Amino acid sequence: MPSQAEIQQLDHEVKHTQFSEFVSFSVAGQAFCLKITQIREIRRWSPVTILPHAPSDVLGVMNLRGAVIPIYDLSARFGLQQTEASERNVVIVVAVHGKQVGLLAESVSEIISINPEEIQDTPQVDSRNTMEYIQGIISHNESMVRIINLDAVITAPEQVLL
Amino acid sequence: MSGSIQDTFFEECEDLLEAMDEGLTAIEGGEHDQEVVNAIFRAVHSIKGGAGAFGLDELVGFAHKFETVFDELRSGKLEFDAALIQLLLRSSDHLADLVATARDGGTTDEAHHDVLIEALAKYIPEEEEDLTFEPMGLGGAMAPMPLIEDTTERAYEIRFQPLKDMYGTGNEPFFLFQALSELGELSVRLNESELPGFDAFDADESYLAWDLTLVSNEPRSAIEAVFEFVEGLCELTIESEADEAEDTDALAALNAAFGTDPDASGDAAPAAPFEEPAPAPEAVVSAPVEEKASPPKAETAKAGPKPTLRVDLERVDRLINAVGELIINHSMLAQQIANLDAGDVREVETELEGFKNLARDIQEGVMSIRAQPVKPLFQRMARIVREASSATGKTAKLVTEGEATEVDKTVIERLSDPLTHILRNAVDHGIEKPEDRAAAGKSNAGEIRLTASHRSGSVCIEIRDDGAGVNRPRVKQIAIDKGLIPENAELTDNEIDNLLFLPGFSTAKEISNLSGRGVGMDVVKNAVTGLGGRINISSTPGKGSTFTIILPLTLAVMDGMVVSVADQTMVVPITSIVETMRGSDEMINNLGADGTLLSIRGNFVPICDVADALGLRQHYDQPPGVYLLVETETGQRSALAVDDIYDQRQVVIKSLDGVCGNIPGVAAATILGDGKIAMILDPESILAASPSAAGFDTDRRISNAIAS
Repeated sequence: MPSQAEIQQLDHEVKHTQFSEFVSFSVAGQAFCLKITQIREIRRWSPVTILPHAPSDVLGVMNLRGAVIPIYDLSARFGLQQTEASERNVVIVVAVHGKQVGLLAESVSEIISINPEEIQDTPQVDSRNTMEYIQGIISHNESMVRIINLDAVITAPEQVLL
Repeated sequence: MSGSIQDTFFEECEDLLEAMDEGLTAIEGGEHDQEVVNAIFRAVHSIKGGAGAFGLDELVGFAHKFETVFDELRSGKLEFDAALIQLLLRSSDHLADLVATARDGGTTDEAHHDVLIEALAKYIPEEEEDLTFEPMGLGGAMAPMPLIEDTTERAYEIRFQPLKDMYGTGNEPFFLFQALSELGELSVRLNESELPGFDAFDADESYLAWDLTLVSNEPRSAIEAVFEFVEGLCELTIESEADEAEDTDALAALNAAFGTDPDASGDAAPAAPFEEPAPAPEAVVSAPVEEKASPPKAETAKAGPKPTLRVDLERVDRLINAVGELIINHSMLAQQIANLDAGDVREVETELEGFKNLARDIQEGVMSIRAQPVKPLFQRMARIVREASSATGKTAKLVTEGEATEVDKTVIERLSDPLTHILRNAVDHGIEKPEDRAAAGKSNAGEIRLTASHRSGSVCIEIRDDGAGVNRPRVKQIAIDKGLIPENAELTDNEIDNLLFLPGFSTAKEISNLSGRGVGMDVVKNAVTGLGGRINISSTPGKGSTFTIILPLTLAVMDGMVVSVADQTMVVPITSIVETMRGSDEMINNLGADGTLLSIRGNFVPICDVADALGLRQHYDQPPGVYLLVETETGQRSALAVDDIYDQRQVVIKSLDGVCGNIPGVAAATILGDGKIAMILDPESILAASPSAAGFDTDRRISNAIAS
């Protein structure tokens, strides 16, 4: 028989695993978030090297400890206005499709714990892009936070076609 | 080390097949040295042994036949002749196929297999038609002893003295004797004559020896097999009356198997009598059968490979990456120190210089690990020519030069396909039929010369055939028919030759299934440019064609010129730059609406603005000031206009594969001293993308199409 303490411990673990931690950040004034496990690191913005003939949402490439990684402007990617690059901006380095890419965001807000049950489906809106890129929404501190579907934002073929 | 024992076996097979090819090539060249034959025999035998251990029956079966023929050659019962050499070459190809099949799966050509087996069998004496044998250890120098494989009982005198190392490996003499007793009637006598007094006794030493008498009808090889696992760990003498009495021939064969000189062994064998407590290690028959053990072996060794270390390629690559980082790190450090306000940094700079030199040394050392001679690649090519000539009914011979030239391993791997293609083409289209050759006053056999050499920081590979050369009117007609060039195009001979590289130019329909596989020479060109190289063809009608491939020495670093283009720092490969110059207004001449020409010492070359070509500058505020004169593969010169030149330095190439797709004008990226990434430009594709250069004139357009 497990002791009371052990049961409590187990209980706690079960409850704990139900919550996922997300990092919330703002892009073009809107709140977005990504699962913390998808994020490798967050860096201060520094000018990148421009890629010739690149689409407007690809800012260029950056040196991440010897690796060349592409940097996307999330705002432009979502069809919003281009982010004005400034020192206050951050680059969120994520791992997707086995590669590292950087996503430019205005600023990082906080780490929030989300109970998966609280995630609401994205309501039907006109923009197909938005529907694809947003996995769901949650309410946090009375405001809406959008959960980014990273696989859709950075598609594997896109990296090849680009 | 990665992988299972089987992987190791296949890796070894590669080396062994290579050694075999090398030997056969020597024999083909008329060198019928006993050592060469022995080397091949050992290679084939080791493959067979390993294959047996893994139950690769087909491979074992074939290797056995092959090996037996070599055994006959070795013992002098068979003489080399042209037909046999051809058969052996084909057999070696087939053996390589079998190894590849065993490794990668798939099937081999059954009919071909049977034909070869049958052909080989003709050279094998009747009593050897026995395919049973025991699997042997990897790399064991054990030879089957066909000549003493009779069934009469005989007495073997075996003297067995373990070295102390044997006990360290966990081998137990008792089990060896038990195994021996299964072969026949065994009597064991312990020889403790070497046991020292109690005081001098060292518990870790080996003092005991055994004299064994075995009466058996098994061949000597069966006894040797028992001791196989303690080879090199013991002093072993096996003698039988029959051996000494009658069959010196077999002894010679045995000695040959152990890589020893027959004459020396003939004397040495009786010189190691039983009564002597410890046979001298030099006694040839009893010598531990280990590589490099006996002096005669050393002679073989000089032909064999140098001691090498097998390392996972990934480890080397990681090292190369780290060294690349080290160099980048150094330049970052240097830049930071230069920016410091500190007064006296001379000492730091001196140390930094030392650091730089060390880093360079490490880099060169690491790079040289990846560098490999082109020899194995060239040897494989001999086979391509062989197959191609037999498929076309032509006679062609491949002559290779500069096999020791070292190139990056990746380059070698990725060169295999283009070279195969070019060589097939050379045999199929280049070399004429024997009767045509005779009519043209050439020797019957066509010659294809494959040369590798280092040429000022690059590797030059040349494929020269002495065939008919490019049929220019026909090539031009095909290009016109396929709509690749306008009908009225006036092309120079060189341009016509280079039409062969155009995508879509393939004469597949009319040509045999050999080289006309639907892939044109553009595939070759793509492969070469993919390696950062260039390919060119020149041809003289009636005399033959030459393909020249220029490749960078390594794919990891290159010398580049650091330039500034529209406020971005970029790198131009130094290999493509002929000359640099600062421009002035009077050197620039307008031609038409937007064509500009740069006059250099009376010559006019079109100007291509790099920023424009890359789409980085929309409007012209001030004309770029510096021109890089570049030469395309077709010999056309253009001037690349950039804003400024900063520096000339070695840069570490970072591939953009997976980061972004193919960007026109950009070959790769690199990391500069300040940690920033700079694009490495590809002048050829910049010129192709540049509207001003492309719109220049017809000739230009065609050569751009060729270059693209």
